[in-house]
Amino acid sequence: MSIFVDKNTKILVQGITGSQGALHARACKEYCDTQIVAGVTPGKGGMDHEGTPVFNTVRDAVETTGANCSMIFVPPPFCGDAILEAIEAEVDLVIAITEGVPVKDMITVAQALRGSKTRLIGPNCPGIITPGECKIGIMPGFIHKQGEIGVVSRSGTLTYEAVDQLTKVGLGQSTCIGIGGDPINGTNFIDCLKAFQDDDQTKGIVMIGEIGGTAEEEAAEFAQEYVKKPIVSFICGKTAPPGRRMGHAGAIVAGGKGTAASKIETLESCGISVAPTPAAIGETMSKVMS
Amino acid sequence: MKIHEYQAKEVVSKYGATVPQGFVAKTVDEALEAAKKLPGDVCVVKAQIHAGGRGKGGGVKVSKGLGEVKENAEAILGMQLVTKQTGPEGQLVKTLLIEEGMDIKKELYFSVLTDRGTQKVVLIASTEGGMNIEEVAEETPEKILKEFVDPALGLRPFQCQRLAYGLGLDKFDPKLVRQASAFFMNLYNAFMAKDCSMLEINPVVITGDNRILALDCKMSFDDSSLFRQKDIVELRDFDEEDPSEVEASKFDLNFIKLDGNIGCMVNGAGLAMATMDIIQHYGSSPANFLDVGGTATEERVEAAFKLITKDPNVKAILINIFGGIVRCDVIAGGVVEAFKKVDMSIPVVVRLQGTNAEKAADIIKDSGLSDKIIMIPGFADAAKKAVEVAQG
Repeated sequence: MSIFVDKNTKILVQGITGSQGALHARACKEYCDTQIVAGVTPGKGGMDHEGTPVFNTVRDAVETTGANCSMIFVPPPFCGDAILEAIEAEVDLVIAITEGVPVKDMITVAQALRGSKTRLIGPNCPGIITPGECKIGIMPGFIHKQGEIGVVSRSGTLTYEAVDQLTKVGLGQSTCIGIGGDPINGTNFIDCLKAFQDDDQTKGIVMIGEIGGTAEEEAAEFAQEYVKKPIVSFICGKTAPPGRRMGHAGAIVAGGKGTAASKIETLESCGISVAPTPAAIGETMSKVMS
Repeated sequence: MKIHEYQAKEVVSKYGATVPQGFVAKTVDEALEAAKKLPGDVCVVKAQIHAGGRGKGGGVKVSKGLGEVKENAEAILGMQLVTKQTGPEGQLVKTLLIEEGMDIKKELYFSVLTDRGTQKVVLIASTEGGMNIEEVAEETPEKILKEFVDPALGLRPFQCQRLAYGLGLDKFDPKLVRQASAFFMNLYNAFMAKDCSMLEINPVVITGDNRILALDCKMSFDDSSLFRQKDIVELRDFDEEDPSEVEASKFDLNFIKLDGNIGCMVNGAGLAMATMDIIQHYGSSPANFLDVGGTATEERVEAAFKLITKDPNVKAILINIFGGIVRCDVIAGGVVEAFKKVDMSIPVVVRLQGTNAEKAADIIKDSGLSDKIIMIPGFADAAKKAVEVAQG
């Protein structure tokens, strides 16, 4: 088992004819024959894009191909609407890769998600991968290895770093999810921790957080109650100056809240092992698992 | 993005929020002209810089009569105003806002922002105006009033009224409730229309004749929405930003200047923060945050190099790239090109992992620069080496 996606997931790509969409749709297909079954680009319906049929609307794509997942590469001004279209078409899982979606648009999306059947991952995220089964996102597939560690993170490259360390210490991954670096996103840490706890394949969890907000603290408190599997965490941004946005729109210490120190303290008090440096995530997990 | 108080007041007054009468002045003469146009003989001379805490730093002066206006304008214009938010070097004051003096009966707090937890816009109000709101929330949370906005319904008038009653405004004058409700609604409308990330009025004042006004006004904007806020973009004041950060933004580089001595060049915000943290872990400190982004080209790498080396504090550079979309060979090519163009007298430690890492190692090996560029594959080892070479 894995969480959220596996080899049966059928994916449509919103924005497949754009440069990023085309590049990554191709890379996903090449990874373990991930099923990219449709593309959506308004105005290009009926076209064939590198062997994938293109549709004008998400609803058309879903009805024709049975796609149950959408990966979105639509530019930021139109991304919020693209997510809403996928929610309206009742796609099970939407993965929004796009960085720079206006916060106001995401407030509307968050509202549309409440009570819908759709799960959103992102935006501003690397996507999700179940090693050996399917890759839906922009992460380099080759660093992953099938296994028993679930990975969830707000970051992109820092996730690759953690995965690479895990693979190198011989720990494969069940599913790796980047939930994105924006202040308002879809799936959060708690959703992932719950799914990993309920997943038989997953035996341990890596959770990578960063400064800003209180999602890590809430996740730690949830984990203390619900998660019986070992969790290793790392929080980046100890050295970040207050009041500055550190690249990610959500990575900001505002009004003294959301510091790395307070997050680490809460995580540790909830029984989570926090890696002392970002280079020691694999090693720490290895110790915890043995 | 932030704007000045006088600009923010112009924006909110377009949405009907009441502000004191005032004029912008760039010279002492203009300040005097402004004061003459204002009613009454008391006015306030206010330094216009983005940082908060201006009053305590001596940047806001109540002035009685033109003599005092002149004296205060002379003192404030051109000063390096130091506040708790500017850092010890302060910020040069180039602009003043000359505003009518107010007969203040009560100071309140009001702000609008996005609440990450509920994923909704929230209005916050308090009777504790003019105070640090974080401290009020910490010490007397019962004095913080909140109204969350349902995105499907928008802010409803009853919510504004509830805030007004919660603040006890009916006790001053029952008519104030309607006035304050409209004031809150107008500010919310400005927040939404302009894609603000925060709109803070601290203080809101109730005057002796029972009017409600925004005495101060801070506005910041969601950077991701600026593409549809052209009029706001025009209000950007580059003098308020670090010159190296302005330069970085031209190349789409995410750069924040810090005061350590190890320059960092990293792809991805999370890994960039983690790299800064590991430098500190090994006993040194980062000179900057720099995310070269997901589509780092050779030109951008070169621009990044120039930015980092401009800082005289930098004693070593640590390049940490985990190639995903970014191919390590492209970064290596950029580093080699930059070495040819930038006078590089400081040691550079490079750690490249991920997509095309081996090809990248070959590029650096074949460049003839391997005596100047120290290639280390391990994250921790690379950081340790950078700390070591920075100490000389």
